[in-house]
Amino acid sequence: MTVLTENRTDLLRAHALNIRERIVDVCSNPEGGHLGGSLSLVEVLTALYFDVLRIDPAHPDDPHRDIFLLSKGHAAIGLYSTLAERGFVDPAELAGYGTTGSRFMAHPVRSIPGVEMPTGSLGHGPALAIGFALAAKLSGSRRRVFVALGDGELQEGSVWEAAMGAAGLGLDNLIAVVDRNGLQLTGSTEDICPLEPLGDRWRSFGWAVREVDGQNIEAVRDALAGAPWMPGRPSVLIARTTKGAGVPFVAGNPKSHYVNFSERQQARARIALRRAAPGEAHHG
Amino acid sequence: MADTLPARQAYRNRLAGLLPEHDRLICLDTDTGLFTGVDFGTAAARYVNIGIAEHNLMGMAAGLAASGWTPFVNTMAAFATSRAVEAIKIDIAYNAMPVRIMATHGGLSAGHLGPTHQCLEDLAVMRALPNMTVVVPADAAATEALVDAAIELPGPLYARLGRKATPALPAGVEPPVIGTAQRLRAGGEVLLVATGPYPVLAALDAATALAGQGIEAGVLNMHTIKPFDEAGLIDAAAGTRLVVTVEEHWRSGGLGAAVTETLSEHAPVRIARIGMPDTFAGHVGSQEDLLDHYGITADAVVQTVLRHTSTGKRTQP
Repeated sequence: MTVLTENRTDLLRAHALNIRERIVDVCSNPEGGHLGGSLSLVEVLTALYFDVLRIDPAHPDDPHRDIFLLSKGHAAIGLYSTLAERGFVDPAELAGYGTTGSRFMAHPVRSIPGVEMPTGSLGHGPALAIGFALAAKLSGSRRRVFVALGDGELQEGSVWEAAMGAAGLGLDNLIAVVDRNGLQLTGSTEDICPLEPLGDRWRSFGWAVREVDGQNIEAVRDALAGAPWMPGRPSVLIARTTKGAGVPFVAGNPKSHYVNFSERQQARARIALRRAAPGEAHHG
Repeated sequence: MADTLPARQAYRNRLAGLLPEHDRLICLDTDTGLFTGVDFGTAAARYVNIGIAEHNLMGMAAGLAASGWTPFVNTMAAFATSRAVEAIKIDIAYNAMPVRIMATHGGLSAGHLGPTHQCLEDLAVMRALPNMTVVVPADAAATEALVDAAIELPGPLYARLGRKATPALPAGVEPPVIGTAQRLRAGGEVLLVATGPYPVLAALDAATALAGQGIEAGVLNMHTIKPFDEAGLIDAAAGTRLVVTVEEHWRSGGLGAAVTETLSEHAPVRIARIGMPDTFAGHVGSQEDLLDHYGITADAVVQTVLRHTSTGKRTQP
């Protein structure tokens, strides 16, 4: 690995830490927020917004931009925090999350620069992504379309309706990421409605499948940057993650799904984040 | 009055001509069979049969529309309205995407296919959604006019189309303009407000019959359910003592409700609503048989008017 690459990875890690801190801060508003599923997705969001996506915060409507859809719309705080870190939105305005009159709702709102489509009702992202991807193909555009799904979300039938459709249309400019943190609101996905063997399921639907440690930012970045992995097929990256990653006293706990941190908990979470970013020693 | 093409075929033929002329139009199909054998010419790549997948249809259409395309999407009214309504609400209506939802088999036109394929709730559901335009063309010529208008219309459109040929409106009726109610007959003490092929014809026939009994009834073709032409309705209802609504829709939530909401707020008058009773069709029948059975006919309109006007008492606001 070159020094340049190491520096680049360090930079991504620094952004990821900043995003995590902002997520913790936003989730400490009086209404609370979806913490766990935002934190598990941070490496995916960071890799996309700081390396993979062709986007420009100064021109959020650039017709040549790549598209990212947060199908797991309840991770909006993760997306908002990333958009703030990337310069799409004003961090000061995001700090008003949860206050009356704020634009930042608990599920993404399209009026916010960088938010392509509103999501929140699960299972909508894949069909939307097909529409964007098909439009790009018909226009001869190089655009790639990324869509992030929760693993619990895969219990929605519309995901598989779209999965079948995308493969049938040969949309290799469509890349899905599954935030495979293993937990949904009340417990383990495998206890509630099993998803495994998840990779085989996607393969059987005609997708190219890869699995990575979703908290390893280099692995996530490399996989997403290299997509499509098979010509003529949509790609799905199964990112094995930890719900609540980065905040040890909530990580891996279904209760991290929605939290309302007290000031003391917020301070404790921030200290923990500074001590160690997940999966790798952080020195920022 | 001669039968014309079924509305869905009139639409199909018009779209086949428009697609090559407008390079941002795309036709998404859910294996309806409506387009079998259609030659889109140079636009063939812009006809996509995605399979039997109505949620996917609506979501894809929203993604395409967000990319600058105008999708015409095709399914039956029942599947658009009740199966895919969440995708229509969130992906299309919330974002005000210019998607054209071309919903065939509207009302009782699925006939013998039964209540799974009949659709008597679509006007209620679709008109509840912000940003949505809702139209019910009354014959093939009106369908073609609405398809043409749909090319440039901002925001989403829901068009209820029938399955089989229905009689043409009388010669000389102008093509409908979206959002403007159509006065088909001037009237006196009674106004008949109708939407869709058979209800509009029933209203026209009833008005003729009533004239023979000395009652002048005006007829308003409310081909656009949303945006609802409140001013046109209030104007047409001025001076009447009875308004009768006629629709091929459950009596809840559709045209009758929209008329009642408008007039009760702005120009109170006695209203009677003719439509499908609060039931699912319980036996086999053609569209005409079912309309007859459930009392959505010219005769039912006449009887309703006579019943409400026989006392001669003007209902005071």
